[in-house]
Amino acid sequence: MLFQIIGLTKSFGGLTAVNDLSFGIEEGQIVSVIGPNGAGKSTVFNLVTGVHHPSAGRIELMGQSIGGLKPYQVARQGIARTFQSTTVFAQDTVFENLVIGHRLRTGSGLFSALLGSAREHGDCNKSMAKAEELLSFLDLERYRNEAAGNIPQESQKRLSIGIALATEPRLLLLDEPTGGVNLEEDNSLIRIIQKIKASGVTICLIEHKMKMVMDISDHVVVLSYGSKIAEGDPQSVSRNKSVIEAYLGPGYAAKG
Amino acid sequence: MNKSLLRPGFLIPAVIVLVAVAAPLFSENRYLHHLMIMACIWGIAATALNLVMGYAGQVNLAHGAFFGIGAYTSGLLMLKLGIGFWIALPLACLTAALFGLLIGMPSLRTKGAYFAIGTLCFNVIVTVIIDRWEDLTEGQRGLLGIPSPSPIPLPFGLTIHFDNNMITTYYLFLAMLLVTLFITRRIVTSLTGKNFRAVKGNEELAASIGINPFRTKLIAFVTSTFFAGLAGGLYASYIGFLSPDISDFHVTFEVLIQVMFGGLGTMAGPIIGATFLPMISETLHALAAYRMVTYGIMLIVVIIFLPSGIMGGLKLLWAKRTKAKS
Amino acid sequence: MDLFLQQVINGIMIGSVYSLVALGLTIIYGILGVPNFAHGSLYMLGAYFSFLLVSAGGVNYWLAILISMAALTVIGMLIERIVFRPLVNAPHLNSFIAAIGLIYVIDNVALIVWGPDFKRFPPLYDQLYHFLGVTITLHRIIIVITAIALIVLLELFIKKTAIGSAIEATAQDRVGARLSGINVTRVDMWTLGLGTSLAAAAGALIGPILLVYPAMGGAVTLKAFVIIILGGMGSIPGAILGGFILGLIESLGGAYLTSNYHEVLAFGLLVTVLAIKPTGLFGKAH
Repeated sequence: MLFQIIGLTKSFGGLTAVNDLSFGIEEGQIVSVIGPNGAGKSTVFNLVTGVHHPSAGRIELMGQSIGGLKPYQVARQGIARTFQSTTVFAQDTVFENLVIGHRLRTGSGLFSALLGSAREHGDCNKSMAKAEELLSFLDLERYRNEAAGNIPQESQKRLSIGIALATEPRLLLLDEPTGGVNLEEDNSLIRIIQKIKASGVTICLIEHKMKMVMDISDHVVVLSYGSKIAEGDPQSVSRNKSVIEAYLGPGYAAKG
Repeated sequence: MNKSLLRPGFLIPAVIVLVAVAAPLFSENRYLHHLMIMACIWGIAATALNLVMGYAGQVNLAHGAFFGIGAYTSGLLMLKLGIGFWIALPLACLTAALFGLLIGMPSLRTKGAYFAIGTLCFNVIVTVIIDRWEDLTEGQRGLLGIPSPSPIPLPFGLTIHFDNNMITTYYLFLAMLLVTLFITRRIVTSLTGKNFRAVKGNEELAASIGINPFRTKLIAFVTSTFFAGLAGGLYASYIGFLSPDISDFHVTFEVLIQVMFGGLGTMAGPIIGATFLPMISETLHALAAYRMVTYGIMLIVVIIFLPSGIMGGLKLLWAKRTKAKS
Repeated sequence: MDLFLQQVINGIMIGSVYSLVALGLTIIYGILGVPNFAHGSLYMLGAYFSFLLVSAGGVNYWLAILISMAALTVIGMLIERIVFRPLVNAPHLNSFIAAIGLIYVIDNVALIVWGPDFKRFPPLYDQLYHFLGVTITLHRIIIVITAIALIVLLELFIKKTAIGSAIEATAQDRVGARLSGINVTRVDMWTLGLGTSLAAAAGALIGPILLVYPAMGGAVTLKAFVIIILGGMGSIPGAILGGFILGLIESLGGAYLTSNYHEVLAFGLLVTVLAIKPTGLFGKAH
């Protein structure tokens, strides 16, 4: 098991956003976390990435607890993420966005910079090579020198995934990767997600679009009001009575 | 082709440096020399503020305090302990940086307006302490008679004197400014500089790719205060007199305006602001309070119509030109 | 004990003035998102206007306060129109710099027109009252009562009038307010007028106790910022409460802790609070 959540609970004031949640992710899989609005999906991501700290429970990457780490520390452990609202460094060029994404894998600090050391040069070249590789991987070459804030929404989505990939993560968390784009663009993003999987990165994603989830997931976890109500492969989950009820309201499953 | 010595990115700064080096040879006007020396001092201070504000996005409004701490440290070390300029100056930089570390650690956990006002409050506190701690700082009477930089011995029995010599003082300060610019440029074009930009652009995203925002901001802040201390130390030796006003938040505003006027987040902007704003303000001198009114109006007009300063305006023009060409 | 009570009363008096200034600043911040650094300069103008009306024009003090408030409302609106509106989409730093420019303009125009000397109001309500061993002038009592009355009036204005509810809606959700047909640009203008008139009232009230001079606004601006940061930027109750608390801390701290450094107590307090709680006393996480 690459990644595991055990008994994860988070309350904000009196409200329990995530309640005693456990699930695991096998290396190389695509796992989707689905659920109606307000089910606590994004909170799970924020707990995993250290934005919020859990009220109870454990988060483990390769058997090591990563609970209580700060966001930048979690990233260094090998977990990268995207945000629900597309987030890029809007003022910087697409290429620069990808270069900075690789910063995590380079060690040069202030003194390397001051000395203009060989290490600094090496790290720079390494980061630029990584950025080149990702530009072609994500098919973003034509926007290379554009400011990231000025490129189309769907390309920004790909870029935000690219920034996360540039950190060379073991586990990639995608928060609604196709939110706010049209059906045709969905397909291009789905292809990218599958390419990422093929390159050996494990993926966990939050999604609303059921068709997409069913098509690409190896494993699905369903949340409702912060608790897990079902889990399994896409087919079994889609037939699960409590899942249908959670999505469509009680009584619907019986009628269907 | 891009590496050519004739590309504008190299040529223009090279010409400006040459002009700066040659300028005193063409004029014996002491007042002009004075303005040029002051431009070097403010240039260092503005470059330092630009590093933390323009590149790392942190609106530090305690810059005048660090300038004052640098000035008073070197002034006091030289006057009260008789320490030489060449030791006092680095100690001034380090003291300012140490205060930068002590203040940066708690204050950089705050954001936006909180950080701006918090640092401004620190600035006021520093000025009041300098003002009231008379046993150390002489308070309002001020520190009088701070010596000029000590002479530099050269081979063959020659020495460079700075006492009452505005030309040598100018070259010394110009050299300090160039060193400051060189180091700043090294930092902002390095991977560390990319961290600054990332934290300025989006702190949350920066953290999600493994950049420690707090550490990044602290590096920018402390480096900036180091150079603010340098500018203060040079000021103390050149003017020879210090009063608490030199650490006042008006100094912060003055430098801030220089940076904004020239162009925030550009290498040349702070230098342009630090060179020309004091000149404009000195030219308006005859008009006394009218000068400040003009200054204020100018500031508002520039910020509304040229929000990225002179450099921002020039870049826009340049972009239009190249677009028209292609 | 007498000293203590005397200081408490002084603290409440100065605190009520701080509350008014901070209240104006906080509603401007809440609506425009602009840290209006020129707020203290407008307070200074309010003090001058009422001083001139009373001493040179022989106008009744209360009428003078009203006229100053009206005049500063107009000036505030003009400032919104001329300076802040063109910057509405620019980074907040730009509005901040523009506000510094405004300080230079306003303070120095005052210096040119009225000169650098300190002005003293003619005697107004200086009857002395003694109780519980405390001596207090009538004017100080009037300041507190008037300030509280103005705070209540502001609250009523926001809750009961159409402009007030538009301001409240815009403060809560600018985009939503615009979508529901509120003219947020006009709200900006009204808010600056309103906030500025409060600063004018504060200046006019405190003028007869302190002296009136061109640079009198500087420290007040900073203290008002301290108050609204401690009280949560944009929060009205935070500004009111914070104003009184700061007044008390200053007057008690000045008497018992340090007289040499009492004017920086506020700033020391802020730096300390931010060091412990980076989002202010009542501030939420960003």
